[in-house]
Amino acid sequence: MFDIDRWNEIWNALAKNKVRSLLTAFGVFWGIFMLIVMAGSGKGLQNGVSEGIAKFAANSAFFWAEQTSEPYKGFKRGRNWHMDSEDLQYLRDKIPEIEYITPKNFTGRWGNGSNVIRGKKNGSFNVKGDYPDYVKIDPATVLKGRWINDLDIRDKRKVCVIGEKVFESLFDPKEDPLGQYLKISGVYYQVVGLIRAETQININGRTEESISLPFTTMLQTYNMGNQVHFLAITAKKGVPVSVVEDKVKEFIKKKHSIAPTDMQALNSVNIEKEFKQMSGLFLGIQILTWIVGIGTLMAGVIGVSNIMLVIIKERTKEIGVQRAIGATPRTIIGQIMLESVVLTTVAGYIGLSMGVGLLELVNRIIENAPTKSGDRAFFAHPEVSLTVAVSALIILIIAGLFAGMIPASRAIQIKPIDALREE
Amino acid sequence: MIQIENLHKSYVMGHNSLHVLKGLELGIEEGEFVSIMGSSGSGKSTLLNILGILDDYDKGTYYLGGKLIQGLNETKAAMTRNKMIGFIFQSFNLISFKNAMENVALPLYYQKVSRKRRNQIALEYLDRLGLKDWAHHLPSELSGGQKQRVAIARALISQPQIILADEPTGALDSTTSFEVMEILKEINDQGKTVIIVTHEHDIAAMTKKIIRLKDGVIEEVIKNGELQLFKDRVRTE
Ligand SMILES: Nc1ncnc2c1ncn2[C@@H]1O[C@H](COP(=O)(O)OP(=O)(O)OP(=O)(O)O)[C@@H](O)[C@H]1O
Ligand SMILES: [Mg+2]
Repeated sequence: MFDIDRWNEIWNALAKNKVRSLLTAFGVFWGIFMLIVMAGSGKGLQNGVSEGIAKFAANSAFFWAEQTSEPYKGFKRGRNWHMDSEDLQYLRDKIPEIEYITPKNFTGRWGNGSNVIRGKKNGSFNVKGDYPDYVKIDPATVLKGRWINDLDIRDKRKVCVIGEKVFESLFDPKEDPLGQYLKISGVYYQVVGLIRAETQININGRTEESISLPFTTMLQTYNMGNQVHFLAITAKKGVPVSVVEDKVKEFIKKKHSIAPTDMQALNSVNIEKEFKQMSGLFLGIQILTWIVGIGTLMAGVIGVSNIMLVIIKERTKEIGVQRAIGATPRTIIGQIMLESVVLTTVAGYIGLSMGVGLLELVNRIIENAPTKSGDRAFFAHPEVSLTVAVSALIILIIAGLFAGMIPASRAIQIKPIDALREE
Repeated sequence: MIQIENLHKSYVMGHNSLHVLKGLELGIEEGEFVSIMGSSGSGKSTLLNILGILDDYDKGTYYLGGKLIQGLNETKAAMTRNKMIGFIFQSFNLISFKNAMENVALPLYYQKVSRKRRNQIALEYLDRLGLKDWAHHLPSELSGGQKQRVAIARALISQPQIILADEPTGALDSTTSFEVMEILKEINDQGKTVIIVTHEHDIAAMTKKIIRLKDGVIEEVIKNGELQLFKDRVRTE
């Protein structure tokens, strides 16, 4: 096995057909390279998306009102309704499994920005009414100052917390926004905090382009009465959020005279469910990656088998001589198989290394890119696990053995005397 | 050493069958130096290949060193060739990308002799054939006579009892041919059985026994003492 003659043989056989060896080896190289790059990218996508939402409380659900779709208790279908502040305490009382429950309101429904002015600068941003607990569900990093607190809520203070884009548009880079005033729809608010979202989930507009007011302040200044546009809830540890989701729907419908069978009136998103769906999607991507990758690899391996066959044909005479002077079929088969394995493994190993290298490079570029929240692509840490790399190598070696099998059996099918006669 | 009875061999090509050896009888003792002659196509190579277990035969018996050679599988045949028979070919059949020493050492590789040891033995054999300085040259850098001497060294290295040579001088000029024959004679003097196929009468005359093939059987056997007579006869022919 480790006899230098054997390696000499292999080297000579491959070196004699440099171009063909290289081209075939390239097939295997490309196959494994693609496999690694695709697997790594799939993983990168998964990591990116996971990181984007991972910090988001996985056991959370969100609710918002839509028109009713069924007539009930004297109400016609198509009724516009809304949740209200009383629902919060009501749900807390009825559903002990709730951990946090926070309302969130928006000015202008779904994403129409409000005009914001600061001196000569102005811009259009999403204005949201928030509760202190909201950051426990959708975490944010406080870059300067603070997030909305209980006093803001109690006193309906005219303060606001801004996102990074808001800061960029309305302030000079070196300016301290804290204590400054913004005029939003004609009312002045003092800036108390600058935040960066940690997740990629954006409710009614990106956090970086948003301004948060205390929830109660918003109700008052915008004359919203006690309306609640949006409800965020997390379940206590050990309780599936779906259970809480169902209960919330049941009680809200009961309280607001909505048919229990109305599936549209109270819309919701369950992050747990979304996670599961995404996991399914990533599994799909992975399976596809392997099918395509192995297909490409197979093409490369068939190429290797082919070149081996050609080499064997060219070396018939030489093999005849070797057999005449005592090489047993086993020796010949072993040699050809080893050649094939060496060719595929070396080519594959190079492909593997270069694939991993490329992923590493991409990774570095992503990490060194100036990251602003929100700019971050849904792509992070493309990588291949050791298991993937090792199984790819094992597949290569096995494939190499298979690739060598046909040429090897062809080589010993010829009688030694016929091999010798070959000119 | 070699005992052949009623040996038949046909080549089948599609529907045609060419009956080459037709009940050939042959006995060769240990230590003999034999040449096989006959017109082209008379079956000399066919016979030698059967003797060398490179090819099989259809009918009859062939004993080599007391062992019946019949229907051996390829592994056994390869091992028997490796241990008992040394081959010398007309076209040398050296492996082009191995140097002289590696070519000579090859049969020992198949006997799993360590690389160092077999290269050392190969050098000894090359030395005996006057090729020590050429040990690290590739076949393409050697003359015909040198190549054939390398091939002879390769045939000898596994210390076989029999040397088979199909027209070993066929590709060489007459001076070199005689040198090669001298070497074969020396090998024979050391007790090995040497069997060569040749067309040339003066080459055949250097052996101790001539077997003439014709029509698939042995037409004539000329022994040592009668060789002079044979030489005179071919001169007048
Ligand atoms: N593999 C083969 N298939 C078919 N016919 C063959 C084969 N080998 C030899 N023959 C035929 O068998 C006959 C004997 O061939 P062989 O090679 O034994 O002759 P030879 O005596 O060695 O001739 P030469 O002196 O020309 O070398 C020839 O007619 C040849 O054409
Ligand atoms: Mg012949």
